[in-house]
Formats: sequence, C-alpha cells, structure tokens
Amino acid sequence: MAWLRRNLVIIVGILVMIYILLPNLVVIIFSFNKPLGRYNYQWNEFSFDAWTNVCGVPGMCQSVGLSLQIGLIASLTAAVLGTMVAFALGRYRFRGRSGTNLLIFLPMATPEVVMGSSLLTLFIAMGIPTGRTTILIAHIMFCLSFVVVTVKARVASLDPRLEQAAADLYANEFQTFRKVTLPLVLPGIAAGTLLAFSLSFDDYIITNFNASPESVTFPMYVWGAAQRGTPVQINVIGTVMFLGALAVVVIGQVVSSRRNRKVA
Amino acid sequence: MAGHASGDLVLSGVSRVYDTFTAVDNIDLVIPQGSFFALLGPSGCGKTTTLRMVAGLEQPTAGTISIGDHDITATKPYQRNVNTVFQNYALFPHLDILDNVAFGLRQRGVKDWKPKAMEALELVELAHVAKKKPTQLSGGMQQRVALARAVVNRPDVLLLDEPLGALDLKLRRQMQIELKRIQQEVGLTFVHVTHDQEEAMTMADTIAVMNAGKLQQVGDPGTLYEKPESTFAANFLGQSNLLRATVKGVSAEIASLDVHGIPMTVPAASLPGGASELWLGIRPEKVRIISEGTEAAGLNTLRGEVTDVSFLGVATQYLIAMPWGRELTVVQQNDGMPRAALGSNVCLGWVPANSFVLDASQDADAGAQLVEDE
Repeated sequence: MAWLRRNLVIIVGILVMIYILLPNLVVIIFSFNKPLGRYNYQWNEFSFDAWTNVCGVPGMCQSVGLSLQIGLIASLTAAVLGTMVAFALGRYRFRGRSGTNLLIFLPMATPEVVMGSSLLTLFIAMGIPTGRTTILIAHIMFCLSFVVVTVKARVASLDPRLEQAAADLYANEFQTFRKVTLPLVLPGIAAGTLLAFSLSFDDYIITNFNASPESVTFPMYVWGAAQRGTPVQINVIGTVMFLGALAVVVIGQVVSSRRNRKVA
Repeated sequence: MAGHASGDLVLSGVSRVYDTFTAVDNIDLVIPQGSFFALLGPSGCGKTTTLRMVAGLEQPTAGTISIGDHDITATKPYQRNVNTVFQNYALFPHLDILDNVAFGLRQRGVKDWKPKAMEALELVELAHVAKKKPTQLSGGMQQRVALARAVVNRPDVLLLDEPLGALDLKLRRQMQIELKRIQQEVGLTFVHVTHDQEEAMTMADTIAVMNAGKLQQVGDPGTLYEKPESTFAANFLGQSNLLRATVKGVSAEIASLDVHGIPMTVPAASLPGGASELWLGIRPEKVRIISEGTEAAGLNTLRGEVTDVSFLGVATQYLIAMPWGRELTVVQQNDGMPRAALGSNVCLGWVPANSFVLDASQDADAGAQLVEDE
C-alpha cells in the first residue's frame, strides 16, 4: 500500500501517456503491415512495401502535396495578418476594439459545420467556384484567430520601456520594430504559425464544404479512401507527420532548456 | 544626428497637462553643462514626467526645452543626443551585454563600436560578462550595464530615472559612490530623478525640490538643508522642528521673536519680508541639551520633559515635550557625554544663526508625511 501511495502519480501518468500515444503507435506499426484485403485493419505480415512505394497509390501524394501547399500559404498569410491584428489589439485603444476582439474569437467558437456550410453559401452567392482558392480563404480565416490569440499574449507581456529604450538609443520607429520588438515577439508568431499549419493540414469539415473534385486534400483523401479500402501508405504519411511533429517539439525543448541552463 | 550642440540644458515654462491633471506646472530650470543635478520630490510630484520630456518620450503641453542654443522640444527621442538609464534598466533581453551596450553606437554607425563598448563595460567593471545575457546578471550588475549603455554614447545629457530604486540599501550606497565617480570621470551632465533625499544630497551638486508639479527650491545640498525656503523643503529634506513665533521687534542685526511666551532671537537678515507670523525652524542635531546654570548668553533656550529616548548607534534621538503640547526632536552625538534620562526635565539651547524662519501661512507638516510613506 505504501509503495502504491508513493508511486500513484507516476502510474497514473504512465497510463495517461499510453492512452494518448497508443493510437499513434498503432498507426506506426500498421505502416509496416502487408494486409490481405483492401483494408489495413488486421495484422498480416511485416513488410517495407508501403515505405518503399509511398506514392504508389493513385492520388494520395497529390493530396498530401495540396495539403502541404494550402497549410503553408494559409499559415504564413495568417501569420502576417494575425501579427498585425495582434499588435493593433494589444497596443492601441480604438473605437470597435472590443468588437474586433469578439469577432476574432468567433471562428474558434463556431462549430466547423456551421462555418463550412455558411462559407459555401457565401461563395455560391458570390458566384465564386469552389476549389483551391476557396479552401485557402476559409483556412486563412480560421488560422487568423489562432495566430492573433498567441501573438497578442506575447505582445501584452512585452515591456513598452524596451521600445522606449531603443528609441532613446537612436533607433527610429522601423529600426526599433526590427531590432527589438520583432525578435521579442517572434516566439509567439512561430508558435501561432505552427498551430495554424497543423490546424490547416488537418482540417476536414470546412475544407470538404468548400472543395471541388479537383482539390482533394489529404484528410479528404483519407476519408474517401476509407470507403473503398485503406492503403498502407496512409499510415506511412501519418507516421512521417507524427515523427515530424515530435522532432519539432523535441528540438524546441532542447533549445529552451539549453537557454535556461545558461541562465541558471 | 541632430542636436549635437553641447551646452546647458534649459527648460523654460515647461508644463505637461493630462486631461484634468497638471503633472508639471510651468517649470523654469537651467542645468549647467557637466553638473550632477538631482530632481527630488515625492512620487507623483512630476519629476519623472519632467525627465521623460527631456528624453523626448513625452511631449510638453507648453514651454520649450533646449540644449545649448538648440531647441529640442519638437524632436523625436532618437534625434536627441540624450540618453536615459531607465528605472528597471530596460535591457534588451534577446541581446548579450556587449550588444546591449553597443546598441546606440551601432545605431549611429560608429565604426569602432566594439572597443568603445568594451571600454564602457570596463568603466563599470563588467568587461568579464560581455557575452552573457541580461537575465544572467544580478540587479546591481544590470544597473551598471544600463549605465554603460547610456554613457558609451557620450550624450549631452544623461538622464537617470530612480536608477537605484530596485537595489538593496548596501548596494545602493556602493552605487551612489560609483555613479559619482563615473560622472566625474566622463564629465557629462547627469540629471538624476529620485525620491530619496539622502541619495540626492550624497550625489548631486545641485538639487531641485519638486512638489505637486512645481519647483519648490533649487540649490546646493548644504543651502537646501540649512536654509530651506518652505516647510515642504524643510520637512522633505531631513527632519525639522517648527515652532510658531511672532515678531516682536527688529534691530539692525537681530530680530526678537515670541515663541509661546518665550523670547528668542534670529538674525534679522533671515526674516522673510513682511511676515510677522512665522515658523521658527531648527534641525534636531543643532539643538543641545545643556546642564542647568551653564546657559551661554545669546542662545535660544527652552525647557521640557524627555518623553522618549531611542539609541541610534552614532547618535541618540530624544523626544522632548514642550509646555504647549508639541514634541521637539533632538539628536545628540554619542560622544561620551552622559545621556538624558527618560522623564527628566532638561534645558535645550541652540545658536540663533543655526535656525531658519519661514512664513507661517504654510502647513507645518507639508512634506513630512510623504517621507514616511516612501
């Protein structure tokens, strides 16, 4: 009993970790499967087939490419626009500021089904054909909210005296922004952009409403494939994405802990 | 860069009004080139606003600010050859110490910024931490870096905004001496804002006492302390005993006063013109406890009962109740003379020339409460 009491936190922690990571583990293991039928749900035999022939499935690599493209353009555009919005909201008092705050928050609170369908209605009403462009517009819209929220927190914690000190040391407004403000807000912008990218890459509902048969993203492809059979290559892409995300997190941790160690 | 004409810093008719609140009220001030000048006053008196207007971080509502014959009132902070040591240092956290110090030099395109920045770091004895980040340094070290970052630019005027406020007492004493040494070494005009009267008196050549947006008195520390011109200055700089007095007669050299029925004298020259109701002021250390029967002629004397004795180490502080109710503070050096006992009746005396007189229309407690609040 005493042993259990001492180690309970660790045990529960490990159980939660297993709960979170088990699905990822299954995806990784099944990327090495050679299934009997069209569905990759039962373990048959170990093979590297899917890894050596990733783009062997028709249409899948194109969909991954499109998702990456949309994710990059949407997150970077949202990063630029969102940073400017965050500065405006964090720094200046103007009429309609609280209203803007509310509107920025709205896309995060609105159910995706509602947002996707109302965007589609809007595009049809305006006569804009759905496809890559409409997906981009939709993604930039919801990515913007997440960038604004993360960058605004960073702007709020920025000491205005640092910018005054830069001005005092002969830096004009633009130089102050480039040499002091931007470097200090950059971690917030980076975090917001990464978050926006993963949300964009991953989005199915809003994308599906505003896509055309020519613009199939990776989530749409996986969903469609699940009806006809799941190629093992989907697991390969899933594994690569998971390892990529893990690498980003690990690098981030190493960099910040090294910085902290130097400080201590 | 504009504003390179070095010279005296002159503020004429400078005011700063926020909506309904007047932070700085029509200030005229000449700060001589190369001097160590202190702006002293309680928090909210407008001293920091004045400093920020000189730095260009705040625009005056009225008046002009100039250095030498150069009017800098309308110029941006980065166009002024004025640098500031901020209250909480405001070091750039993403740059190392050397880059922090070199910021101004590189901004102005100085070629040999590196040796110059290192030289400034050596001046504050921190050359060995050039490659560290600000968060890795202690408060005192960060303070010295902030000073080096400003001094390295050799500004016409260097502004210090309560630079020692965040340091502990011992470090503060050390930094006071250090600041004074650096100022004498580089010969720049230092304008130092503080609410600490001891700090101002230790370091500054000239002190301007401010209260409620107005200048109270400008002078060297000795004059301000010995001959304050207002009850605010008398109470804010050290302690004062203020006694209510009425003028009885004035001769060529001596004015006779009546203090609660006791006759006293002051030099006639010290009387404020026209007033007959006065405050007679005397600093606690100027009052002597004298033995019975040894009163020298010409001393002002009073009798009272000792109600409190506190031992301060170098001195002993007494509270002595006067017949009319108020208590007088007396500080005696612990120079081996016997101490007065609690409850005993004593005779007090002081040389008339050591006292000062103020117009009685002012509040006797002005400035006294503020010192205790800080």
